[in-house]
Amino acid sequence: MARTTPLYQAHLDQGARMVEFAGWSLPIRYGSLVEEHHSVRRAAGMFDVSHMTVVDIRGADARAALRYLLANDVDRIREPGQAIYGCMLDPRGGILDDLITYRIEDDFYRLVVNAATRESDLEWIGRQLVDYDLSIRERDDLAMIAVQGPDAIGHVIDVLDVPDLSGLKPFRSLGHDDLFIARTGYTGEDGCEIILPNALADPTWRALADRGVVACGLGARDSLRLEAGLNLYGQDMDRETTPLESNLSWTVAFEPEQRDFIGRAALEQQNSDGVGHKLIGLLLESGGIPRSGAAVTTEHGAGRVTSGGFSPTLECPIAIARIPLEAEGSLEVELRGKKLAARVVKLPFVRNGQPRKGLMNA
Amino acid sequence: MNDIPSELRYAETHEWADLLEDGTVRIGVSDHAQEQLGDLVFVELPEEGSQVTKGEACAVVESVKAASDIYAPITGEVISVNDLLVDTPETVNSDPYIDGWLFTVKPSDEKELDELMDAEAYAEHIDEA
Repeated sequence: MARTTPLYQAHLDQGARMVEFAGWSLPIRYGSLVEEHHSVRRAAGMFDVSHMTVVDIRGADARAALRYLLANDVDRIREPGQAIYGCMLDPRGGILDDLITYRIEDDFYRLVVNAATRESDLEWIGRQLVDYDLSIRERDDLAMIAVQGPDAIGHVIDVLDVPDLSGLKPFRSLGHDDLFIARTGYTGEDGCEIILPNALADPTWRALADRGVVACGLGARDSLRLEAGLNLYGQDMDRETTPLESNLSWTVAFEPEQRDFIGRAALEQQNSDGVGHKLIGLLLESGGIPRSGAAVTTEHGAGRVTSGGFSPTLECPIAIARIPLEAEGSLEVELRGKKLAARVVKLPFVRNGQPRKGLMNA
Repeated sequence: MNDIPSELRYAETHEWADLLEDGTVRIGVSDHAQEQLGDLVFVELPEEGSQVTKGEACAVVESVKAASDIYAPITGEVISVNDLLVDTPETVNSDPYIDGWLFTVKPSDEKELDELMDAEAYAEHIDEA
């Protein structure tokens, strides 16, 4: 039996088509995926992301422990409430998960990790941090709603009566009694993610819906993050890839040199050996839509599509692919026995409702 | 409630077939199928003049999320394809039985049509699924 979120009944009431995802029953779409997608680019949409795992780490050693556990450095956080994005690696540099880490207080951090890796993450974190003075608590008493789009913040301010949200900078959070609101998301648009007690999720969701915020399913979540060039764990990266070949070098803090973190030696070795692959965007004319796993051929060797789909904003097929480092310009993607021409582009494809500058006429 | 025109015949894989006056058979997907597939963004149709075989994949429809095979409901030669769908594949969603047809076939054996379901049987079929 799949687990249900506190918004399960709301989804059914809104006519959602439910699917099982990472052991959870979640909406894939309510009506038209494309309309849900456009609502986020043009106005405001909301997603039930209660399946994501919230883990609170508290204690005198919390900071030191996270500096060892994560490839990004929580000391890059300058003020309470700020967040960093990064990876948790194994000693080989392979990505165990990608996550957001918030520093709420000096000895209190909040991690948001993927549902699909919940068990292995909790097991790993518990094992790696066993000698540190801290407590690890999974917050399954909390639900999570992402509200995204140019109008998202205004709706959330009105519904939750949180005027100070308007001045909140990206990757910052604020706490309001039972509410935790962060200016983060997975769509390439402005917006926020609300972490709140399970019992408050349903009335909040319905109040946002009454204001015209469009309920969006996992389908639009995927097409939006693909346009935004944001990796999906398990697809664009996994234990067999490192951040250096996943377009995530910026999330690895090699400085300061004396900070030891799990995977550091392996990444340094990879850097000195030379990173062989890169994760890039592909634009296609037409002729079909490349999907995850499709073979890519370049002048410098083979590659593979890690995520692919149709871009509702650009109205053409797009993909994220891992290809040899030297490859650029034009290449071919194999689809149903045909070779489709594709062009290598920088990510993202779309940001803040618009195609990235120069994307379509390079 | 899905629209299931009574004058058409239906395959278990949700294609419809319509015997036209000139003896060719027009083929498309049912209203139920287009709703299950979601917004279509690309349609790959068989070549005119090619042979399709009953029960075998002969076309592909793609939504934002996934690609799905279309199976030939009868065996025969492809006579024409719906070029409108190259630029507006979403017509299959908005009008699956009229403007959203996929291709026409000259059947090798017209009796194969009798093996397909009528509207009533198809309605039961999608009820069970």
